[in-house]
Amino acid sequence: MRHDVVRRWISTIVVWLCGLSVVVALVPLAFILFFVVSQGIQALNWEFFTALPAPVGELGGGFANAIVGTLVLVGIGAAFAVPVGIISGVYIAEFPSTRLATMARFAADTLNGVPSIVVGVFVYGIAVMPFKQFSAMAGGLALGIMMIPIVTRTTEELLKLVPPALREGALALGATRGRATLTVVLPAAAPGIITGVVLALARIAGETAPLLFTAFNNRFLSTDPRQPMASLTVQVYNYAISPYEDWHRQAWAGALVLVALVLFCSLLARFATRRLERLQTGH
Amino acid sequence: MTTTAPAPPRSLTTVVPPARSVSVESHATAIDVDRLSFFYGQKQALFDITAKLPAKLVTAFIGPSGCGKSTFLRTMNRMNDVVPGTRVTGKLIVDGRDIYAPGVDPVALRREVGMVFQKSNPFPKSIFENIAYGVRLNRLAADTSAMNDIVEESLRNAALWEEVKDRLHDSALALSGGQQQRLCIARALAIKPKILLMDEPASALDPIATQRIEELIYELRSKFTIVIVTHNMQQAARVSDMTALFWLGKLVEFDRTEKIFTNPAEKLTEDYVTGRFG
Repeated sequence: MRHDVVRRWISTIVVWLCGLSVVVALVPLAFILFFVVSQGIQALNWEFFTALPAPVGELGGGFANAIVGTLVLVGIGAAFAVPVGIISGVYIAEFPSTRLATMARFAADTLNGVPSIVVGVFVYGIAVMPFKQFSAMAGGLALGIMMIPIVTRTTEELLKLVPPALREGALALGATRGRATLTVVLPAAAPGIITGVVLALARIAGETAPLLFTAFNNRFLSTDPRQPMASLTVQVYNYAISPYEDWHRQAWAGALVLVALVLFCSLLARFATRRLERLQTGH
Repeated sequence: MTTTAPAPPRSLTTVVPPARSVSVESHATAIDVDRLSFFYGQKQALFDITAKLPAKLVTAFIGPSGCGKSTFLRTMNRMNDVVPGTRVTGKLIVDGRDIYAPGVDPVALRREVGMVFQKSNPFPKSIFENIAYGVRLNRLAADTSAMNDIVEESLRNAALWEEVKDRLHDSALALSGGQQQRLCIARALAIKPKILLMDEPASALDPIATQRIEELIYELRSKFTIVIVTHNMQQAARVSDMTALFWLGKLVEFDRTEKIFTNPAEKLTEDYVTGRFG
């Protein structure tokens, strides 16, 4: 009888502790969102999206250069990281026990753990120093390098989840191994891979360190990949450490736009995945 | 499986419905197997199998789990090639050609020897695309209307057309289990194989779906050489003309189904078909 009472008490306490942990985990997210929205919304207006930064000392101006810059940089990064990541992921999943695949898997995991500032320094060495020029190309390269291991590993994991029976079905119809992979296995894994890619995009869109001395910054609107380019993260950083009240407000607004962009990416990923899955399964 | 007082053996005629009587001699040999052995790494799974499977008839492989019947079936379209570390000795002649001879392309072979798997495995594509997939691979349709004809004909052959004709572009995964398996059969038929291998095609299906598959085999037997693996002896008796019993990787007995189930030559066969082991 006594034993039962103790048992129930322990159960109640543990359930409460679990609930408390969840709250503790969610509080920072809630606060971040609350602060970013409440502070950022004040400086957010049409001008913020369309105007370039105003000269120092003058009020107003906007983040148009940074918004465009972030999109271009992420685009450059994705343009080479997505194909490289997916193809290498397919290789690792197709030939899992070869030495190259083992090495590639290990390399991807290591690269994933390399601090982003180190990636920035590396790209500075190979793509900035030789040309004596900061460039969007270098910034995109740095972001792409950050993105490759995420895409590779996601692709590999999702391909492994495709039932082998599907591949056998294609082989039994006279498909070659490569054809079976491209036309049956890869499409079956596509919804998940798309989610992975979009989440990787969201992740690199929020990187600052790899851009600090690669894309550098640019007070003017530029889409030329050979020139330095602004980005939301770097511009938020510069504005936040400046001594001007007006710039601080704009930094909050920039942060809000960045958060909204990431959220939008996540929603887009969910939507696209659902849509594809519905097409495939008919439910 | 040991009981203190064994029940008297059931008579063979009550266990098995009468099989159809055929003159096997009048049929050509579709698959000629000569001392075939198969190894998974060090482990030997098939021992010196020799048999002649007649064309345009249904041959059933029966035997307890792990006896090698599925492995044997999968040697016939070289599906085991996909499994690393496997090895084959002996000859397996399809259409007058040893399929394990050097220079034989397993991809080309599989276009002649179709296969239906134990668990239905439709691609996550539309019903139409499932059939069109193999047709495109083998370039069998010259244009869209030819493709439409092949899709319809295949679905009719698999007794699925009436059920799906209004939703050809819906996902195949929305079909029921039995329909999915018939779709897989239609998919295999669409590339016009000479031989159709079926690996326990009804084992995951309910009795009504199973009956439909069996009826289908019955209808297809005049057009194709069919080899079916089954662990259901009544099914083997119902659908097949020839039956082979496998035990521990060896071919115990291979004869007309009627004979296997009524007057087997081997004691082991009699024990198996009367349910005394397996």
